[in-house]
Amino acid sequence: MGLKIPKAKKLLEKQLFWPIAALSVLLLFNFFFIKNFFALEIIDGHLFGSLIDILNRAAPLTFMSIGMTLVIATGGIDISVGSVLAISGAIVSLMIGGDMVFVNGQQQYVTHYPMAVALLVAVVVSVVCGIWNGLLVAKLGIQAMVATLILLVAGRGIAQLITDGNVITVYYKPFFYIGSGFLLGLPFSIFLVAGFLVMIMWLVKKTAFGLFVESIGSNLLASRFTGLKVQKMVWACYAISGLCAGIAGIIVASEVKSADSNSAGMFIELDAILSVVLGGNSMAGGRFSVIGSVIGSLVVQTLTTTIYAIGVPSQITMVVKALVVVAIYLIQSQAAKSKTKTAQVAQVTETMKAKGAQA
Amino acid sequence: MGTDKVLVKMQGICKEFPGVKALVNVDFELRYGEIHAVCGENGAGKSTLIKVLTGVEQHDEGQIHLEGNLIQPQSPMHAQELGISTVYQEVNLCPNLSVAENIFIGREPIKNGKIDWKSVNEKSQQALARLNLKLDVTGRLDEYSVAIQQMVAIARALDISAKIIILDEPTSSLDKNEVENLFRVMRKLKAEGIGIIFITHFLEQVYGITDRITILRNGVLVGQFDTDKLDRLQLISKMIGKDLVEFEKTIKANVNDPTCSDDNEAFYMGKQVGRHGMINPFDMTINKGEVVGLAGLLGSGRTETARIIFGIDKADSGEVFIHRNKVTVNSPADTIRNGMGFCPENRKTEGIIANLTVRENIVLGLQGKIGMGRYLSMQKQVELAERYIKLLNIATPGTEQLVGNLSGGNQQKVMLARWLATNPELLILDEPTRGIDVGAKAEVQKLILQLASDGKAVLFISSELDELIRCCCRMAVYRDKKKIGELAGDDINEMKIMQTIAEEAV
Repeated sequence: MGLKIPKAKKLLEKQLFWPIAALSVLLLFNFFFIKNFFALEIIDGHLFGSLIDILNRAAPLTFMSIGMTLVIATGGIDISVGSVLAISGAIVSLMIGGDMVFVNGQQQYVTHYPMAVALLVAVVVSVVCGIWNGLLVAKLGIQAMVATLILLVAGRGIAQLITDGNVITVYYKPFFYIGSGFLLGLPFSIFLVAGFLVMIMWLVKKTAFGLFVESIGSNLLASRFTGLKVQKMVWACYAISGLCAGIAGIIVASEVKSADSNSAGMFIELDAILSVVLGGNSMAGGRFSVIGSVIGSLVVQTLTTTIYAIGVPSQITMVVKALVVVAIYLIQSQAAKSKTKTAQVAQVTETMKAKGAQA
Repeated sequence: MGTDKVLVKMQGICKEFPGVKALVNVDFELRYGEIHAVCGENGAGKSTLIKVLTGVEQHDEGQIHLEGNLIQPQSPMHAQELGISTVYQEVNLCPNLSVAENIFIGREPIKNGKIDWKSVNEKSQQALARLNLKLDVTGRLDEYSVAIQQMVAIARALDISAKIIILDEPTSSLDKNEVENLFRVMRKLKAEGIGIIFITHFLEQVYGITDRITILRNGVLVGQFDTDKLDRLQLISKMIGKDLVEFEKTIKANVNDPTCSDDNEAFYMGKQVGRHGMINPFDMTINKGEVVGLAGLLGSGRTETARIIFGIDKADSGEVFIHRNKVTVNSPADTIRNGMGFCPENRKTEGIIANLTVRENIVLGLQGKIGMGRYLSMQKQVELAERYIKLLNIATPGTEQLVGNLSGGNQQKVMLARWLATNPELLILDEPTRGIDVGAKAEVQKLILQLASDGKAVLFISSELDELIRCCCRMAVYRDKKKIGELAGDDINEMKIMQTIAEEAV
């Protein structure tokens, strides 16, 4: 288009602008209202501070928002991730368990099964959960909300079945490293997230996976007619979402050193969906940004931390959170609205141009 | 002929979108009891003019007088209240509601705090009776054909006491009988003094029913003419603004060339391929370097044949050979691997992916064929897209424009580019020229012949016989979900095709 758009305006049209803006505003608020929010200190060679804490605590949610992004991009949704998280946590806790034994008068912890096996089983079962969702949605054509509702309800039951309705406590130190260990002075979970993010970004940007998902989410029928293996692609997205929930489950279990099938991951699916939306992604599917969702999950976690830190009474934290989310969302959608307006103008300009070319 | 009394008068209408003048000083006049065609190529300003009249857009300059009163429609709702109703090509009713509900939606009569269904149904019957139509008004709208749905839309418009009815491309998905029916209704409304604005790409229909024609080009009024005083050639040359002789030449240049030698090698051979309840088993051979046409009325089985051949619907009988080898066809992915491509007739819903860019839409077919792992580099993608934009003369600001923002003809070219990029051996084109302007039509036809002379096979479906006759060297004729014959050589002419279709019908 011949029209020159000022740089600032161009910036506003970037999908990542608003999520980053929301995060910045929240951080700015914290800078003024919470003492020492940005303070970082090194204790025993480990970095501590509110910022690090947010990154660490956001890890499970970030994982889930990554998987959720792909599912939503296909035009679906996965509300079973909280239950899958609980299943994964239950399995890994039960299989590691941990007994205290004395070897040569020394206190030692042993696992029921080797930790690697436990982790593998938890991850595999989570992927199977995702495949189950994919079967219902991609193969049998059940509406995503309904299909994943099945596992949302049943999954928590399964998790309770695994733990026999008890809270399973884990006594095995190496396992705690995943959720609360440090590597190079930073929480280990941050590296997990970063590593996984790199893998997903490779899949999305360096293979045609991203293009295919966007195509399917935008127009499923046309994508099929173009020869894309629509079923397999959608299926894969649900499997990845299951995988993400499974890893999140392991992190959570490791962090709290136990599995509580009743409450682990309760309502986290809503936070995951919220992260995706706050990341500037459309619930209708199509175009998506994984990075956007990651920032979205940080916004959600920062908000949660902030609300606790400024001492909002616990009875009304949910309400305050909801209000802030509504505010953020409204601002973003206002921005989106003006964006579509520009697009319409572009369309008209386009038609005119086409016509000019023919004349 | 209607009376000479003016119903609506638009004077000096100007509409400017940022950077573009969409309408420049356009006058338009509609009389009582008149059917008035608005003609022009895509992007000539037809839709903008209609949008101004129906309140979708507000004009910058000029005046609109309805029955002598100055009006300024603010919204489609407001225009409706003024008596201006529009019936769109894609019927904008609610398919899952009943016929009666659709007619009365938003203005249901209330009795005792509840909707008075009895009167809704009765009044709906009356409204339809005005169009000589008798339906079960409690039936769901989507149980009826598109033609009937349009009638329902018209009935609704009439019931809101419309003085002007705008029919926007109402006939593009109707068959001949249905069009005739629609025309009957239009004549009846005309007799009642209602003014009708009729927009269509079919020139025959313009001459079949309209009294006057307004021609627009590039947002400027070319003129207003009495239909019976303007012959077709004049109309076309006024619309496209080129000398007609030149245009005829571009089309004529291709007329003589369909290569039809018999010793061509068969690319596709289907034996007794069919699917129960959809299409009767048929034999079909498509040779390399050949354009095979599928002729027949709407719903005769042409599209179904294309879908079965391409693997969208699975055949439940018959065998398929490609290059003489037997193949199983389960999905489009199978046939694409075997060198086929398919441009479906519903470009918007089945063809383009509107939210993706021109580049992505073009690359998609090839990328799907070679698989997810071997992702083409961005540089290659851009090269590919730029090559086809140039080759097919696609009017777009660049490779990163969203396809949804292009005009119909250019979207169609993007579809063609997508398949050409996969280097197909057989290209199936279902109504590739529908709803695109004359210039683009000629280009598409030229491309079809070009493909054939390059040794590719083309399966060509079109409702416009002259276009089929011009391009095909063999033609399969369909009626009632059945292939009833094949024509070749000199037998391919309008008369013979009509006869074949009609022959066994008796």
